[in-house]
Amino acid sequence: MRGPVELVCPAGTPAALKAAVDAGADAVYLGFRDETNARNFPGLNFSRDELAEGVAYAHGFGTKVLLAINTFPRAGQPQLWHQAVDDAARLKVDAVILADLGLCDYAHRHHPELRLHLSVQASASSVEAIRFYHQAFGIRRAVLPRVLTVEEIADLCANVPIEMEVFIFGGLCVMAEGRCALSSYATGKSPNMNGACSPASHVRYIDKGSKVESQLGGFTINSFGAGEPAGYPTLCKGRFEANGRLSYLFEEPTSLNTLSILPRLIDAGVTAFKIEGRQRGRAYVSNVVRAFRQTVDAIGRGETPPTFDLDDITEGGRQTAGAYERNWR
Amino acid sequence: MTVPKPVSVPARLTLGPVLYNWPADAWRDFHFRIADEAPVDTVHVGEVICWKRQSFIAPHLPQVIERLRAAGKEVVLSSLALVMSPKEREAMQALAAGAGDAMIEANDLAIAGALAGRPHMIGPTVNVYNEGTLSFLAGRGARRVCLPAELPAAAAALLAAQGLAEIEIQAFGRLPLALSARCYHARSHNLHKDGCQYVCADDPDGMDVDTMDGRPFLSVNGTTTMSSRHVDLLGDLADLRRMGLTRFRLWPHSCDMVAVARLFRDTLDGALDGTEASARLADLLPEADFANGYAHGREGHAFVQEALG
Repeated sequence: MRGPVELVCPAGTPAALKAAVDAGADAVYLGFRDETNARNFPGLNFSRDELAEGVAYAHGFGTKVLLAINTFPRAGQPQLWHQAVDDAARLKVDAVILADLGLCDYAHRHHPELRLHLSVQASASSVEAIRFYHQAFGIRRAVLPRVLTVEEIADLCANVPIEMEVFIFGGLCVMAEGRCALSSYATGKSPNMNGACSPASHVRYIDKGSKVESQLGGFTINSFGAGEPAGYPTLCKGRFEANGRLSYLFEEPTSLNTLSILPRLIDAGVTAFKIEGRQRGRAYVSNVVRAFRQTVDAIGRGETPPTFDLDDITEGGRQTAGAYERNWR
Repeated sequence: MTVPKPVSVPARLTLGPVLYNWPADAWRDFHFRIADEAPVDTVHVGEVICWKRQSFIAPHLPQVIERLRAAGKEVVLSSLALVMSPKEREAMQALAAGAGDAMIEANDLAIAGALAGRPHMIGPTVNVYNEGTLSFLAGRGARRVCLPAELPAAAAALLAAQGLAEIEIQAFGRLPLALSARCYHARSHNLHKDGCQYVCADDPDGMDVDTMDGRPFLSVNGTTTMSSRHVDLLGDLADLRRMGLTRFRLWPHSCDMVAVARLFRDTLDGALDGTEASARLADLLPEADFANGYAHGREGHAFVQEALG
């Protein structure tokens, strides 16, 4: 068994931050209310004042605050991103989570004391890529892309000199994050440039009598029978026709849930465990953080973890261990 | 902010690496014909999408490189876009160590460390969105950067004006839009990647992915999801040149790529009007739909007829 592990929890709003801290988060992650973070959705995120209050609250309970500045600065207009890094240092967050090489370079040169984490959006999926960021910018932790198996993660942990963080629950990107232009192809808005995938501004539900069609950027993503709840049209979770067959070609509407394989991930040497869901409400944050807190603590004491039923808060009620199991590929 | 200035640098054409799983003989013969007939300045070779395919083209690589060089083409060795397994990692280190005087295109930062301090290129699956990143990579030896598909032409022009590295934009073909560890070609046949039976070889230009109501949308090429529409920047070339862009990438397809390259060359040379060239391109690919939305800062599938810049 390795050292103590860190539970990294989503804080889309100040209320969610309090919920996460109160439920036992070791760290919360959050973003400013603009295009500098990859969850740039209406009604979410933090002003500078809210961040200062959030840092005070979290630090009062010994919880770390990690600020995601994980989109890619616009050519010719890096000021918004540079200001975000400067303010993060000023407001004494515990680390910033970065994806862009140029922004890593800026933070490393201007704020050498600021702890840098590598965002999942940087898509560093190999020992060599992670070493590259570590050697160039002194990155201290990498959030791994959701493309690796447990065995590959164990190999990484054994061969890089920095901490590894993995996603353990919530929404599941099936593409290599930070290297997916599907949303911008359909809508013109991308996670990398605008901080939004499949944005609500481009979503429509069309009532066709016996069914409801969900559309993104005018493309039909799925269809639902009368009385069936119409899911959100995230592009890669839609039904498409290929090879003469209609199917969830990329992925079913499903959520990542690693409760059952958590001991293996801990044994692999992972330091930090991340729960997705900055767009989710307080109840979700409380329930999921509490479940994982108890599980991690039980594993730490060498006990069998209690079982939790998280079906009612997962997408479509379906769960998967995703890429952590090799047969997912 | 630097304002892009018109430049008198001659426009150059790059033929990107073949992204599909073509029969090895067809792959070789395609490059022989490119060497003999296509008016392109640079040709990329090497497996970018799936390392399981590499062994098919490897036996032909030396001969293809020799033929292209003999024809006066610059040859660039493209590397893998998503590096994960020990085998892939070793292969990337071996590629970096054994390239000799050939330039390598880094498509994942897994190989970038091994290329630092020597001239190399950066491919479109490494995220270069701004001058900060461009400056960092140029400082480590990047000489040419092919930008991500979604970057607008205005941003590309701004980066080109920095004078830090040559900027290349994607000007023709289906665009690689997303990478994954999962093989969707295999999945569509109820197979896993490990036992894929190389079903991707059935689709030399990718597997069509339509919406439920039958609208062409995407195209699957193994682990990579491509656009259904073909990018066509022929009608925008004059504007792009005026904005200071000098290098344009054409993605190989099973159509007559020599003819495609000639349309681009003739348009760049002023021998052919862009609109006329676009019409001829449509004749060469009667089944294809076209797009230029990304260049115009719009959704990638859009076709925009307004002027750029």
